[in-house]
Amino acid sequence: MFIPHTDSERQEMLKCIGKDSLESLFSDIPEKYRFPKLDLPPALSEMEALQELTELASANNSCDELICFLGAGSYNHYIPAAVDMLLRRGDFFTAYTPYQPEISQGTLQAVFEFQSLIANLTGMEVSNASHYDGATACAEACLSAYHHFRGKRNKFIISPSLHPHYCDTIRTYLGALDGIQIMDKSESIQQVNPQFLAEQIDENTALVIVQYPDFLGRVVDFTSFGKTVHEAGSLFAVAVNPIALGLLKPPSEFDADFVVGEGQPLGIPMSFGGPYLGFFATKSELIRKISGRIVGETVDGKGNRGYVLTLTAREQHIRREKATSNICTNQGLMALAATIYMSLLGKSGLRKVAELCYQKAHYASEQIAKISGFKIRKEWIFFNEFVVECPENPKTINDFLLHEGVLGGLDLGDYYPEMKNCILFAVTEKNTKEDIDILTELLEEAVANG
Amino acid sequence: MAEPTIYELSSPGRIGIRFPVSDVPQQELPENLLRKELPMPELSELDVIRHFTHLSRLNYSIDEGFYPLGSCTMKFNPRINEVTARLPGFLNSHPFQPIETIQGNLAVMYLLQEWLKEITGFHSVSLQPAAGAHGELVGGLIMRAFHKKRKDEKRTKILVPDSAHGTNPATSSMAGFEPVNIPSDKRGNIDLEKLKALCDENTAGLMLTNPNTLGLFEENVLEVIRIVHDAGGLVYGDGANLNALLGVVKPGMMGFDILHINLHKTFSTPHGGGGPGSGPVAVLEHLSSFLPDPVVDILEEGSEELPPLYGLIKPENSIGRVKAFHGHFGVIVRALTYVLMNGAEGLRDVAKYAVLNANYLMGILKKAYTLPYDRTCKHEFVLEGVWDELPEIHALDVAKRLMDYGIHPPTNYFPLIVKEALMIEPTETESKQTLDEFARVMLQIAKEAHENPELLHEAPHHTPVGRLDEVKAARDLVLCCWRPEND
Repeated sequence: MFIPHTDSERQEMLKCIGKDSLESLFSDIPEKYRFPKLDLPPALSEMEALQELTELASANNSCDELICFLGAGSYNHYIPAAVDMLLRRGDFFTAYTPYQPEISQGTLQAVFEFQSLIANLTGMEVSNASHYDGATACAEACLSAYHHFRGKRNKFIISPSLHPHYCDTIRTYLGALDGIQIMDKSESIQQVNPQFLAEQIDENTALVIVQYPDFLGRVVDFTSFGKTVHEAGSLFAVAVNPIALGLLKPPSEFDADFVVGEGQPLGIPMSFGGPYLGFFATKSELIRKISGRIVGETVDGKGNRGYVLTLTAREQHIRREKATSNICTNQGLMALAATIYMSLLGKSGLRKVAELCYQKAHYASEQIAKISGFKIRKEWIFFNEFVVECPENPKTINDFLLHEGVLGGLDLGDYYPEMKNCILFAVTEKNTKEDIDILTELLEEAVANG
Repeated sequence: MAEPTIYELSSPGRIGIRFPVSDVPQQELPENLLRKELPMPELSELDVIRHFTHLSRLNYSIDEGFYPLGSCTMKFNPRINEVTARLPGFLNSHPFQPIETIQGNLAVMYLLQEWLKEITGFHSVSLQPAAGAHGELVGGLIMRAFHKKRKDEKRTKILVPDSAHGTNPATSSMAGFEPVNIPSDKRGNIDLEKLKALCDENTAGLMLTNPNTLGLFEENVLEVIRIVHDAGGLVYGDGANLNALLGVVKPGMMGFDILHINLHKTFSTPHGGGGPGSGPVAVLEHLSSFLPDPVVDILEEGSEELPPLYGLIKPENSIGRVKAFHGHFGVIVRALTYVLMNGAEGLRDVAKYAVLNANYLMGILKKAYTLPYDRTCKHEFVLEGVWDELPEIHALDVAKRLMDYGIHPPTNYFPLIVKEALMIEPTETESKQTLDEFARVMLQIAKEAHENPELLHEAPHHTPVGRLDEVKAARDLVLCCWRPEND
């Protein structure tokens, strides 16, 4: 399929190169292993393939049909129609890495604008072109800090309330380096706060990384904590939800060195967890210490403004084994989606979405708190996710919700034994008051029935 | 006239999209946490549509024309892939949904795992890695975990041929190893004597791209693998060039221990202007317990009436997670669609015609350009973009001149072992007419180089911008178009 050659063209081409068959082009491959049997289903036409995939897709119960209150790192936000319409332009999605800037100015300028928007959203000075996702952006922040101190500081303080997948990813990445000390445990996840983290900081600490809002949805002001980290000479990284930054003060006000995060909420579908978008912003003085592609502005011979990949001397294709990461281009189209999303929403739209998330989540938490047996931690400030302590097994409750067409929150007992009765609910601008009232009624019913 | 940036187009007060009026009571965030300034642009939807439409027109793409970028496998991206990946059931599923509600997704992943195993001859596959380089990192970490489990911790070196992509040595370092360079011989194969001399009890493994970056199949592949195995090392296959081998040979059967696969090259998922890719990793049985968390498996066997129950599991000795969630699912759906539409013979034809196209072009172009390794190539070949009698002309000039003819240049200055390299990969989806036109232009440029070299030096002449000042870009860093304090 997708091969245009006619029989006569094939013959003519073979004749040109002095071969009598296509098979004869492979005589350098050990004969014993050449042209093995390949047991695959028979080829389908486009129509049949679409039918087959449609059947598989409809075997899911997706958030098309379900009312979604699940978040925990992937969020059900509204994506304006224009985002996907623009992404589908072949000039964008069938191009590759802009190695030849003269014919890649579209991609290059879009990346430059992405860098600018991310820098302004996070309050930082500069941003790179992207990482694979929020988890690997966190891991790359750790690697940057490791190399920044030339391996001389080897303690990494990972807030235990960082997303558990991000913690796992950091452990995997750092596990390959010798003599690394990773502090990512606590007796109680609920007790994790700046003071708990500050007590672990010493002169051997390379990096402290926290999440804002954290995995349990909590928002903490890290302004003075940032000073504590820097007093020890350590670097400070903050993983953020970019939508929350429409309302919350940016981590630049905590004097963060690296602001990283998952860009999925910025106009990228949930798509069962990927492809997403890692973003990575920093201070100007640290730009040469970070990995990933970076686009810079310049001019051509006639003085016209243009854009190129720059500071490439940091990267694997130049530095080879001395590079701090092997990362190449990644997530280009997802960064473009986020760029279009941020451009469309702009100053007022990003604020509005953040306010809607905040207000609806607070309405939901108040309604749930009114149900007998359900408890909310009132002292916790949150953005759009909150923990609910349930009178029943969360699995039973979630099963009941699902049966009634509602996708409940994350069962926190799966991650933290101490929270075995807790559910993490997420609310976005897509949830109407009616959705929330349905959720509240069903929770009441679930307990009454139980 | 250059396209203004999104900030230059901004007009205070303009909005691009309206959201519903809040239907719940107003709540206020504590003042100390509230953001004061949100320095984002303000545009209408039409402003945004026009801006990105203008930008898209400044790009060259496969949809526009021939894109023979070596080592990148710029084949046609079937449009049906874009439709299947956006089916609402896939697109709107959350990664933490209960498994009973996402059996369709898990079936897609399970099928692709199974089919990739069949295509490559390995025992197990993880779809988690996000890109080729990410797959390489997984491979390196598996090597490390394997030797560590056997308490064989003195194995600190990874052998990397001098023709390798820069990611191979970078990956070795990132996975905690020291890369050791192995030279190539005159036929473009690994120098066997050097390999034997370098293999010892410190060897963790070898990273081998096959066909290599010269587009040549490693003729002594079985011997190379035997030497590394005899020394106690593992052989990692960099699958960047798997397109040439589909249905032709299964690397797992030849003795490779680990292989990564680029779905965005071999399996037609689009390159997206630089991602998202997907770099599944396949391993032999003795390494399957080390794969990253998670893999998809059958939890309960099905019956004639009932499909099996699929679930996500963490392999016993897993190296851990390498990213959040389960891999680039949207890319996985596209690749599955492609395999479904090709079947066994279709995939075998992919390799056959990719190799035919490369040899056909090589045969024509070697008359005007130096071909340093002259033997049957696989999916690509490497020329020198330089002539002895024209010291002032470089591969870069040839590359830039191609743009004037509306063709994307080949990869240049890589691999490093060829001077002034031009690495050409036509792929199987290009017709004889397209190849003939490219060959005609390349011969014309060789002629121009001799008769009118200024045409090459000053190229490109017909692109939105001319050659850009990369030194200035790195010296006077401008990485952000607008910052609040500049306003």
